[in-house]
Amino acid sequence: MKNKVSILQISISLILSNVFSFAFAAESSEPMPLNMTRGVTSISADVYDLHMQIFLICTAIGVVVFGLMFWAMFFHRKSNGHKAANFHESVKVEIAWTVIPFIILIVMAIPATKTLIAMEDASEPDLSILVTGSQWKWHYKYMDHDIDFYSILATPTEQINNQWAKGKNYLLEVDRPLVIPTGKKVRFLMTSDDVIHSWWVPDFAVKKDANPGFINEAWTNVDVPGIYRGQCAELCGKDHGFMPVVVIAKEPAEFELWLSQDVSRRQAAKEEEQRLLAMNMSFDELMAEGERAYMAKCAACHQPNGMGLPGVFPGLAGSAIAVGDIKQHIEVVINGVGGTAMQAFGKQMTKKEMAAVITYERNAWGNNTGDLVQVKDIFEFMQNN
Amino acid sequence: MSNHSDKYYVPAQSPWPIVGAFSLFLIALGAGTTVAKIHQSGDPGWGKIVLIIGIISVLLMMFGWFRDQVKESMSGMYNAQLGRSYRQGMIWFIFSEVMFFCAFFGALFYARILSVPWLGGADNNAMTHEVLWPAFEVIWPLIKTPDGTETTAMGWGGLPLINTLILLASSVTLHYAHVGLEKNKRTQLTLLLAATVAFGCVFLGLQVLEYMHAYQDMDLKLDSGIYGNTFYLLTGFHGMHVTMGTLFLIVMLLRVMKGHFSPDNHFAFQAASWYWHFVDVVWLGLFIFVYII
Amino acid sequence: MTTLVQEQDDHDEHHAIPTGIKRWLYTTNHKDIGTLYLWFAFIMFLIGGAMAMVIRAELFQPGLQIVEPHFFNQMTTVHGLIMVFGAVMPAFTGLANWMIPLMIGAPDMALPRMNNLSFWILPFAFLILLMSLFMEGGGPAFGWTFYAPLSTTYSGDSTALFVFSVHIMGISSIMGAINVIVTIWNMRAPGMTWMKMPLFVWTWFITAFLLIAVMPVLAGVVTMVLTDKFFGTSFFDAAGGGDPVMFQHIFWFFGHPEVYIMILPAFGVISAIVPTFSRKKLFGYSSMVYATASIALLSFVVWAHHMFTTGMPVFGELFFMYCTMLISVPTGVKVFNWVATMWRGSISYEVPMLFAIAFIILFTIGGFSGLMLAITPADFQYHDTYFVVAHFHYVLVTGAIFSIIAGTYYWLPKWTGVMYDVTLARAHFWCSLISVNLLFFPMHFVGLAGMPRRIPDYSIQFADFNQWISIGGFAFGLSQLIFLALLIKACRKKGKPVDTQVWEGAEGLEWQVPSPAPYHTFDKPPEIK
Ligand code: HEA
Ligand code: HEA
Ligand code: HEC
Ligand code: CUA
Ligand SMILES: [Cu+2]
Repeated sequence: MKNKVSILQISISLILSNVFSFAFAAESSEPMPLNMTRGVTSISADVYDLHMQIFLICTAIGVVVFGLMFWAMFFHRKSNGHKAANFHESVKVEIAWTVIPFIILIVMAIPATKTLIAMEDASEPDLSILVTGSQWKWHYKYMDHDIDFYSILATPTEQINNQWAKGKNYLLEVDRPLVIPTGKKVRFLMTSDDVIHSWWVPDFAVKKDANPGFINEAWTNVDVPGIYRGQCAELCGKDHGFMPVVVIAKEPAEFELWLSQDVSRRQAAKEEEQRLLAMNMSFDELMAEGERAYMAKCAACHQPNGMGLPGVFPGLAGSAIAVGDIKQHIEVVINGVGGTAMQAFGKQMTKKEMAAVITYERNAWGNNTGDLVQVKDIFEFMQNN
Repeated sequence: MSNHSDKYYVPAQSPWPIVGAFSLFLIALGAGTTVAKIHQSGDPGWGKIVLIIGIISVLLMMFGWFRDQVKESMSGMYNAQLGRSYRQGMIWFIFSEVMFFCAFFGALFYARILSVPWLGGADNNAMTHEVLWPAFEVIWPLIKTPDGTETTAMGWGGLPLINTLILLASSVTLHYAHVGLEKNKRTQLTLLLAATVAFGCVFLGLQVLEYMHAYQDMDLKLDSGIYGNTFYLLTGFHGMHVTMGTLFLIVMLLRVMKGHFSPDNHFAFQAASWYWHFVDVVWLGLFIFVYII
Repeated sequence: MTTLVQEQDDHDEHHAIPTGIKRWLYTTNHKDIGTLYLWFAFIMFLIGGAMAMVIRAELFQPGLQIVEPHFFNQMTTVHGLIMVFGAVMPAFTGLANWMIPLMIGAPDMALPRMNNLSFWILPFAFLILLMSLFMEGGGPAFGWTFYAPLSTTYSGDSTALFVFSVHIMGISSIMGAINVIVTIWNMRAPGMTWMKMPLFVWTWFITAFLLIAVMPVLAGVVTMVLTDKFFGTSFFDAAGGGDPVMFQHIFWFFGHPEVYIMILPAFGVISAIVPTFSRKKLFGYSSMVYATASIALLSFVVWAHHMFTTGMPVFGELFFMYCTMLISVPTGVKVFNWVATMWRGSISYEVPMLFAIAFIILFTIGGFSGLMLAITPADFQYHDTYFVVAHFHYVLVTGAIFSIIAGTYYWLPKWTGVMYDVTLARAHFWCSLISVNLLFFPMHFVGLAGMPRRIPDYSIQFADFNQWISIGGFAFGLSQLIFLALLIKACRKKGKPVDTQVWEGAEGLEWQVPSPAPYHTFDKPPEIK
C-alpha cells in the first residue's frame, strides 16, 4: 500500500509544485510573460519558433520516456506481486534508441543552422553604431553621424533602497536611450572600455558580448516602432545588475528629426560652456551641481558617503589626492588611472560637471579644503596637457 | 593482472601526509598574502615568513616521507603489486603535467593563430583593427604590441640551441645510466648519472644567463606583451621542472652512491628518469614552437 | 553477477584500529578517508547552501534588502565554487574511496598515504578561500567562472588567495584521480575482469581520466590569471596581444569536462540502485560502458557552447553546437537503459530507489534544457539568464546531489551496520522533492522572461516568481537538516542492525562482506567467479 502512495505522490507533487508557481504569479498586477518573447524582428521570431520547436520535441520525448517509466512503476511493482523478468540485453533496441534520437537531432539542427547563419551576417548595414560598455553604463556612437553619448541607469537610488515606491520600469530605465530607425538594417559594433559586458535586447534577439580590445558585430532590423528594454548580460562587477539598455525604435522620418534635434542640442551645450568659461560659479552653485554629478557618476564606486569600498574602491574622504594637489586631482578625474577601474571622465562629463564634482569632492565629507575649481581651470588643464 | 601476490600489502599509518597538507597550506597562504601585499604596498609583510616556513616544512616532509619509504622498500616489505602501483601512479602524474603544459602551449597557439591576427583585422575582425588598433601590424614574434610596447625576439641559435643539445645529451646519459643499473654496472651508473646531473645544472645556469641577457640587453621582459608572456611562462615553468628533476636526480645519485637500488628494484630511479625524459620532450616542443617557428 | 568464493580468514595480522585524533589525521584506511571526504563534503554543502540562502533572501523582493551588491557577488561566486569543488567532487571521491576497493575486492586504495594527503589538503584549500572573504575588499566576486579581466585588472587583492586555493584543490583532485585509476587498473581481485566491474567503478574510472586531463588546465589558467593581475603579463588583454576570450576557451576546456566529472559517477550510483530495487539485472551493461566513454570523449570538444555570445566565427559556433547536441545521444542511451531495467522488473520503493527515480526524471529535465541551450540561436536568448541557472541546478542538485544522497541511503547501512531511520529518510525525500521543484522549476520561466543571472536586484515583473523560488529555497535548505539529523543518528549506530546483504535484490562484492564492513576488508585477494 505504501508503495502506491509513493508513486502517486511523486507524480502529484511534481506536477503541483510546478503548476503552483504559475497560479500565484497570475495574481500579480503586471503578469510576467511565461515564455520567451517573440520580439519585433523577423530573426527574433525565427528564434522563438526554434525555441518552441525544440521545447515541444523535448516534451514529447519526455512524455514517452516518463510514460513508459511510470507504467513500469505502477504495474511492475513487487507489491503487486509482479515477478521480475530476466532479459537484460538487446542489440536491436540499443541501436534503435541510438539512431532515432540522432535523427531527431538532425531535424533540430537544420533550422538552427539556417537561423544562425542569418543572424551572424552583419554585412551591408544601413547604419552602424559603436556600442561601448564600461562599468556601469553604455556609450553609443553613431558611426555615420557626429553623435555620441552615454546612457546610464535613471532609477533613483531611493527606489533601489526601498525608500520610495518602485516605478513601472524599475531598473529598466536610462537617462538617454539609444534611438534607431525602423525598417533599416542597424549594425552594432560592440566593444568595452574595461571588463566584458554583454548588450542584450530580448525583443531583437540580440545578445553579444562587448569584449575590451575587440569589436563584435551584431545587427537588427526592427519592424515595429516602440521602446525596447534589456540589460547587461555578463557579470561585470558590482553594479552589473544596474546597467540597463533602452532602445527607442522610430519611423525613419522621426529618426531623421531626432538626429537634427541632437545637432542643435549639442550646439547649445557648446555655447553654454563658452559662457561658463568667462564667469565664476559660486561655491554653493558648484557644490549643488557637484553633488548631483557625483551621485550620478562617481557614487557607484566611491559611495555616496565618500568612503569607497576598502580594498576595491578607495575612499575620497580624506584621501591624499582629494585634499592634496588640485592639479593631480583634476588629472585623475580627466584621464583616469590606467589599468584600474578609475575611468577617464574627461570624455564622459562636461567641463562644468567636472569643475563642480572636483569642488564637491574637495569640500564634502569633512574634506574642508575650501578650494574652488572653475570651468576655466578645467579648460586650462585640458589645453596644457 | 597476472602475477598476483597471494597477500595484499597495506602500508601503515604515516604522519607525513598531514604534515605535507599543512605545509602546503602555509605555502598557499604565504604566497597568496605575499603577492597581494606586494601589490598593495610593496611590502610582503608576514606573508613572506609564512611562505618560507611552508617551503621548509614541505622539504622536511619530503625528506621524512621518502626516508620512511626507502627504509620500507629496502627491508623488502613491498611486493610487486605495490611496485606496479607506484609506476602507474608516476605515469599518470606525468600525464597531468603534460596537460599543465598544454594549457600554456594552448595560450601560445591561440595568440599566434587567433588573437594577434584578429587584432590585425583577420576573419570577422575588420572593425577591431580599423576602429581600435589602426596602427597595429601583425608579426610574430610580436615585437610591437597593439598598445605600442616594443621588445626584441629571442633567436634560436646560441644559448637556446646549446641548451637543446645539453638536454638531449642528458637524456642519453640518463638512459645509459639506467642500462648500467639494469646490468648492475655500478660505475657506469654512477658516472653517467653524475653527468646527467651536471648537464641539468649547466642547463639551468645557461637559462639564467639567457634571462639576464633578455632583461638587460633585449628589453624582453615578462610584461612585454604576449610574446614575452608566453616566452617566460613556458620557459619558466619548464625551468622549474628542470630544477625539480635535477633535485630528484641528485637524490638518486646520493642513493646510488650509498649502494641503493638493484637491477629489479629501483622504482625511484625509474620515476626520476621518466620525469627527466618528459622534461626533455617538453623542451623539444618549446624549442620548436617558442624559439624556431 | 559476481560471487565471492573465498571466505575471509580473520586472523588479525593488521595493526589494531587506531584510536583518537591520530586515527583520522594519519589514516591510510580507505574507509576512514571515505568517511572524512563525505563529512567534509556535507559540511561544505551546508556552508555553500547557507550562501545560497543569502542569495535567495536578497532576491526575495526587488530592491536591495540585506546585502550590498559587492557582497552579493561574493556569495554567488563562493557558493558556486564551494558547491562544485567542495561539495559534489569530494562527495563522489568519498563514495569512490569507500566503495571502489569493496567492489573490486581490493584491500585498500593503491596509494593509501597519498590518499590521506589528497584529502587533508582540501580543508585547508577551502579555509583559504573562506578566509579571503574576510580580507579587505572581500573575497572573489567574479563568478565561479572568474572571467578575465574582471578577475585580473578589476579584481580585489584577495584574488591571489583565490588562485592558490584553486591550485590546492586541483592538486587534491589530481592525486585522488591517480589513486582511483591505479586502484582500478592494478588492484582488481583475480577474476574481476574489466567487463565484470560494477558500473560505479567504470564511471569513476572514466571520470578519473577526465580529472587528470583537465584539472591541470585549470591550474594553468588560474596561473595566467595570477600573472596577469600581479606580474604584468597580458594573456587576457588585447593591448598586449592577448584576448579576454582566450581565458574563456581555456577555462571551459576545463569547465565543460568538469560538469561531466560531476555527473558520470552519479550515473554509476544510479546504475547500482535501479537494478537492486527492480530485482533485475542492469539492462545493456556494455552499452552503458560505451555510452559513458562516449560522453567523456565528446566532453572535450563541446566547451565553447558556454561562449556562443562571445563572437566566435560562425563555423566555430556550428561545430560546437553540433558536438554538444550529439552528447544527448549517449546520455539518452543511459536513461533508456534505466527505464528498460525497471521495465518488467519487480520494483519496490525503498528510499534509495525514490531518490534514484527522482534523479532519472529531474536529471532528464535538466538534460532537455541543456539541449535547448545547445541550440546556438536560442542560446543567444537564454545565455546568462535564469534559464541557465535552472538548467544547471536541475543537473547538479537533482542530478549530482540527489545521486549522492541516493548512494548514501543505499550504502549507509553497509558503512554503519545499522539501518537508518526510514521515517526520517522518507520525510527527507518528500520534503526535498517538493521544495526542490518549487525552487528551481520557476527559474525556467523567470529566465525566459528575461531575468539575467548574477544580479542582486531585478525589475518588478519578476517579483512574484522570485518570492516562490526563495520560499522553495528555504524549504529545501531546511529539508537538508532532516538529512543531517538522520546521518548523525546513523553514525552513532542508533538503529536496527542489518545483515550482510542489506537489500534483497542487491548484487556485488560489497554485499558479501559483513555489515558494517570490517576495518580491513580483504587480507588476501578474493577470487571472483
Ligand atoms: C552535472 C552537470 C551538467 C550536466 C550533466 C550538463 C549537461 C548538459 N549541458 Fe550543461 N551546464 C552545467 C552543468 C551541466 N550540464 C553548468 C554548471 C552550466 C553553467 C555554467 C556557468 O555558466 O556557470 C551549464 C551550462 C550549459 C550551457 C551554456 C549555457 C549558457 O551559458 O548559455 C549549455 C549550452 O549548450 C549546456 C548544455 C548541456 C547539454 C547539451 C548537456 C547534455 O549532457 C544533456 C544530455 C541529456 C539529455 C538530452 C536528456 C536525456 C536524453 C534523452 C532522454 C534522449 C533523447 C533526447 C533527445 C534526442 C532530445 N549546459
Ligand atoms: C552542485 C552544485 C550546486 C548546488 C548543490 C547548488 C544549490 C543551490 N543553489 Fe546554486 N549554483 C551553483 C551550483 C550549485 N548550487 C553554481 C555553479 C552557480 C553559479 C555561480 C556563479 O554564477 O558563479 C550557482 C548559482 C546559484 C544562483 C544564482 C545566483 C546568481 O546568479 O546571482 C542561485 C539563486 O537562486 C542559487 C541557488 C541555490 C540554492 C537555493 C541551492 C540549494 O539547493 C542549497 C540548499 C542547501 C542548503 C540551504 C544548506 C542546508 C541548510 C542549512 C545550512 C541551514 C540553514 C537553512 C536555512 C536558514 C533555511 N545558486
Ligand atoms: C567604476 C568605478 C569608479 C568610478 C565610477 C569612479 N571611480 Fe574614482 N577611482 C576608482 C578606482 C578603482 C580608483 C583607484 C585607482 C588607483 O588604484 O589608483 C579611483 C581613484 C580616484 C581618485 C584618486 C583617489 C586616491 O586617493 O587615490 C579620485 C580623486 C577619483 N577616483 C575621483 C572620481 C570621480 C570624481 C569620479 C566620478 C566622476 C570617479 N572617481 C568615479 C574607481 C571609480
Ligand atoms: Cu555590464 Cu554586466
Ligand atoms: Cu558545458
